[in-house]
Amino acid sequence: MLKSLFHTQLTLGLAQAAIASVLALAVVLLARRRNIHLESDAAIALLRGIVQIVAVGSILALLLKSPRWTSVFLLTGMIIAAGSISAKRAKNIPGARKVSTYSIAAGAGLVTAVMTWAGVIDTAITSLIPVGSMIIANAMNTNGLALNRFRSEVLAHAGEIETALALGAAPEHTVASYAESSIHASLIPAIDNLRSLGIVWIPGLMTGMLLSGADPLYAAIYQFVVIAMILASSGLTSLLSTMMIRNHAFSAAEQLVLKSSG
Amino acid sequence: MSATQTTATGAVVLRPEHLGRRVGDVSIVTDISLEVHHGEMLGIVGASGSGKSSFLRLLNRLDEPTAGTVFLNDQDYRQFSPRDLRRRVGMVTQRPFLFPGNVAGNVRFGPLQRSEVLSDEDIARLLERVGLPGFAGREVTNLSGGEQQRVSLARALANHPEILLLDEPTSALDEQAKMGVEQLICSLVKETSLTCVMVTHDRDQARRMCDRVALLEAGRLIQYGKPSEVLGA
Repeated sequence: MLKSLFHTQLTLGLAQAAIASVLALAVVLLARRRNIHLESDAAIALLRGIVQIVAVGSILALLLKSPRWTSVFLLTGMIIAAGSISAKRAKNIPGARKVSTYSIAAGAGLVTAVMTWAGVIDTAITSLIPVGSMIIANAMNTNGLALNRFRSEVLAHAGEIETALALGAAPEHTVASYAESSIHASLIPAIDNLRSLGIVWIPGLMTGMLLSGADPLYAAIYQFVVIAMILASSGLTSLLSTMMIRNHAFSAAEQLVLKSSG
Repeated sequence: MSATQTTATGAVVLRPEHLGRRVGDVSIVTDISLEVHHGEMLGIVGASGSGKSSFLRLLNRLDEPTAGTVFLNDQDYRQFSPRDLRRRVGMVTQRPFLFPGNVAGNVRFGPLQRSEVLSDEDIARLLERVGLPGFAGREVTNLSGGEQQRVSLARALANHPEILLLDEPTSALDEQAKMGVEQLICSLVKETSLTCVMVTHDRDQARRMCDRVALLEAGRLIQYGKPSEVLGA
């Protein structure tokens, strides 16, 4: 119906965005009737979402005309932003921002670099930026989950940790089991995504490839490749961030500094 | 600091000197100097929030002093590695915080940190010493509060500490278990000449167990000496 009313892609896109927003706001109003107030949060999120994505679309449009090496700067910017965002999940842990940025840079950066070098990710900006951003975004989520879980575990088990310290244990030994469970928990979404691939969900990249006329079989296999890359980068990020953050939970004199109060 | 000091016969093994700790703008422990003698039981008493436990945590450097230091056998304790210091200055807390698994695993924990493996005989001897013969294979989840605290004592003793810090070791126990653990600590101190510093809010317990007591108020040492002098008869 919309296609007959709007003849350019831009106006069609704006109309589609308006309808999707109205639908989302209708759900918010429905929630309001049950005394669940999401109005301002949802309105701000919708507005922010459209502004951000249009800005990115505009930048991508500019980048398409830029040399390939400019994508390195864009991906680096994304990694820095991702480190800053996911560090908020580790409040009270000193050095969380640095740890997050380094971990995401190593995890997502290494996987992206190796796969680009191997020819799995095309060096064209139109391929490298979307795939790279997917890898970085997932590494960011995994990092946030790992740090958040680690923080909660340490706060919940401060007594056990200090008991072990008081018995002469090394700090890294006192939190080893909590670090392990943090890594495991943070990777659940990435593993479940891989498990349910094609059965529960058909991810956006594959949908996009199908819409742009790619061979469905190749689109399916390439989607698997991307999800597997996400698992690899997320795993590496989680492993590195947990290993690094556990040292920040203790002082140089091997005292637990990550505490709920005092 | 002003304190009434009574000289004990044993050599000084632990000596906090102008010890203090501030967190932000709040002074938790202020300028405490005292001496702990070999083989004595020193009680730290005071009202809730007087800084007793905070002071105790400074003695094995579980928290960092912001002023002063502690001398262990006349050596500044910052010269020891934290792990070695904590092996030498053991600690038993109000809640035992036993590690998952069985009793033997808990008792083995400390020595294992230095790659020392306690034999089954060593474990049996330690458990016998704390009144838990035959408990080595018992799961810690199946123990009573008093039994858990005894395991916690055996676990601390397995490290052969020179000094044992006790932070309200009986306050989470019922009356019967409390008296049992109290007698056990007294007999351990007597038999092995173990030096102990015990935090307690229970003045009667301090009178029963301690050779000397230090009274804290708002993080400061008000008085220390014989229990009858500090706490009255």
